[in-house]
Amino acid sequence: MKRVLTIALVLVLAVLTAGAADLKVAVLAPLSGAVPSFGLSTKEGALLAIQEWNAKGGVLGMKIVPIVEDSQCDAAAATNAANKVINQDGVKFIIGEVCSSASIPVSEIAGPAKVIEISPTSTNPNVTVDKAGKTKDYIFRACYIDPFQGGILAQFSNTRLKAKKAFIMYDQGNDYTIGLATAFEAKFKALGGTIVGKETYTKTDTDFSAILAKIKNAKPEVVLLPDYYNIVNLVTKQAKEKGISVPFVGGDGWDSSDLDLAASDGGYYTNHYSKDDPRAEVQNFLKAYAAAYKDDAGKGKVPDALAVLAYDATNLLFASIKAAGKADTTAVKTALEKISYNAVSGKITFDKLHNPIKALTILSVKGGKINFDSVVQP
Amino acid sequence: MPASTVNTKAAPRPAARRGPPLAWVGWVFLILLALVTVIYIGSKAWSNPILFLQNFLDGLKLGFVYALIALGYTMVYGIVKLINFAHGDVFMVGAFTSFYAVSRFNLHQWPLALFPGINPGLSIVIGSLTVVLLSMGVCVILAVTIERVAYKPLRDAPRIAALITAIGVSFFLEFFGALPFVFSGRFIPYKSPFPTTAWYIQDGIHPIVSGTASPDNTISFSNIFLIIAAASILVQILLQFIVKRTKVGIAMRAASYDKSTARLMGINVDQIISFTFAIGAAFAGLGGVLYAVAYSSIWTQLGILPGLKAFVAAVLGGIGSIPGAFVGALIMGQAESLTMSYISTPMRDAVAFTILIIVLLVKPTGLFGEPAQEKA
Repeated sequence: MKRVLTIALVLVLAVLTAGAADLKVAVLAPLSGAVPSFGLSTKEGALLAIQEWNAKGGVLGMKIVPIVEDSQCDAAAATNAANKVINQDGVKFIIGEVCSSASIPVSEIAGPAKVIEISPTSTNPNVTVDKAGKTKDYIFRACYIDPFQGGILAQFSNTRLKAKKAFIMYDQGNDYTIGLATAFEAKFKALGGTIVGKETYTKTDTDFSAILAKIKNAKPEVVLLPDYYNIVNLVTKQAKEKGISVPFVGGDGWDSSDLDLAASDGGYYTNHYSKDDPRAEVQNFLKAYAAAYKDDAGKGKVPDALAVLAYDATNLLFASIKAAGKADTTAVKTALEKISYNAVSGKITFDKLHNPIKALTILSVKGGKINFDSVVQP
Repeated sequence: MPASTVNTKAAPRPAARRGPPLAWVGWVFLILLALVTVIYIGSKAWSNPILFLQNFLDGLKLGFVYALIALGYTMVYGIVKLINFAHGDVFMVGAFTSFYAVSRFNLHQWPLALFPGINPGLSIVIGSLTVVLLSMGVCVILAVTIERVAYKPLRDAPRIAALITAIGVSFFLEFFGALPFVFSGRFIPYKSPFPTTAWYIQDGIHPIVSGTASPDNTISFSNIFLIIAAASILVQILLQFIVKRTKVGIAMRAASYDKSTARLMGINVDQIISFTFAIGAAFAGLGGVLYAVAYSSIWTQLGILPGLKAFVAAVLGGIGSIPGAFVGALIMGQAESLTMSYISTPMRDAVAFTILIIVLLVKPTGLFGEPAQEKA
């Protein structure tokens, strides 16, 4: 009888200690709903990072246990998922959500519960900042917010394209293009450049001949066109017909399989990462991802930007827990604010608003292909 | 008619001038506005004549496209007194038909596929013409179907009923086209059936190599501009010939003048009306292909704005008048191009529709229109 009791006691202790040595991390991803492909990439990226840390012996000796919930890119579903993982599973760390509209309600639950949330891809400023303009203490993101690209593009134009005169054209009814254009203008001027012209249009415009005639006349060295691919196709094609050879630069709105590569030839745009980037972080990640995940034909998958950012967000979390020395969220939050981490999508530090300050990858369109051009450090 | 309704309300007073009663304040304002515009654009043109000429050419390109659409509006109005708002969407279907013919079925390469020894230049010309003819054909079938299904049953209904139906058909085409299994609601990059070439003028005409800069202060134009201009002018001449010299044209004019008498004279009015829709749709289809080639990005709502502006052009020229539609379209093209160049790009639509309002206030019959007569 005594022996049985001893064994039982040992077992209970073992279970208890094992329980204490686990680190639960929730991954909230839209596995169903409007953007299931985003959800799958996010899940794959985050789980790959967790596997790698576990293979190295976990974080601070704790084994990482992922809890994946389907948050559907939807405010209600994400709220339920967040309540479930925080209240039932006792999770203290959340990676997710993908969509800003779901990340914001999650942040409102996570913040008061002192649970750390790192969204890999939500770009809305209100994910990390509340309505009063105050930074939410426990909420971070791994992607840059849209206007950040404008500043980087100005820097790129100044240093790599050696442009001193820029022309800006943007859609006057689209916050995305306005944000990029404003940030570009401020940074370009701060770097000593001049803006030789600024023109707006509306999203239904198809004829840009008048703006292009002005560009031809103003002789800029770079043209900022921070719009989506459909407008980029129209403008760059008409520019070629007008004999304009000035490079056009833009943000991640250019990133589409429908980008007209012949028309936009000579242009540059920003992106989160490029698989042609020779840095070891990128190449090792590509190999690990291809080994872990196969497509339908059995070939190794190439990660998209969402997988990269989910992987980066998860690694950031563990690196900061390691730096904090304990899995206490207040300590981890302070560590995150001070971290400088070499992620796949560039070296990441955080600003006061918990937005990452990180390098951007610039891609060039040349010879009918999209090529890796350079990495720009802010 | 606006004139009579306003007059009945106002106290009887001697009509100093024919036309709608616009108070003298209005006239002075309009004249001042016109003067300021002319002086402003004139001074800009004087300071940089090359840029002005370039803008003029760009405006012509727009104007010629509008002319192709405006003809359809004006012809249909002339004969059934219906503003066919679905016309801009027929134009869109023309653009999409050519997209599928080129991108999915490589129809523009059929001469080269069937006769491998053929001259490549000739192959492109024949192939492109085939694509254009196919689009025109599809538009004709579509327009005649719309006419039979949606407008013919309403021919004796009040005109407002047919007008509302036209708006309904227009929305149907836009949103049915936007369904994922039809055209989808995305912006689709358009693959042109023939290559684009551009030239600049400086001591002669030189080609622009894509991706290189042409010299400053030169005027540039492309083969697309030449094709649009040629097509638009040819269509205009062809239409004048049809209306003035052929039996069908005479029947169209007779039906336009008085349908019941025309019927008594042995004219099959229903057939003539279908024929009118068909001709208008064929030219809209041609316009759709040329528009897609020129602007290279298509989606299901691309017909709305060009369609509305062509409608303004038809009203400006005098709705019902074929030369009027052509002249009105060229004026609209210039108004837009000059607004974009010398005021601002987002103002162009506002200016275009202001023209509509001014025409309706000052001269509702338009430049070439005959005063409307109410028939018993």
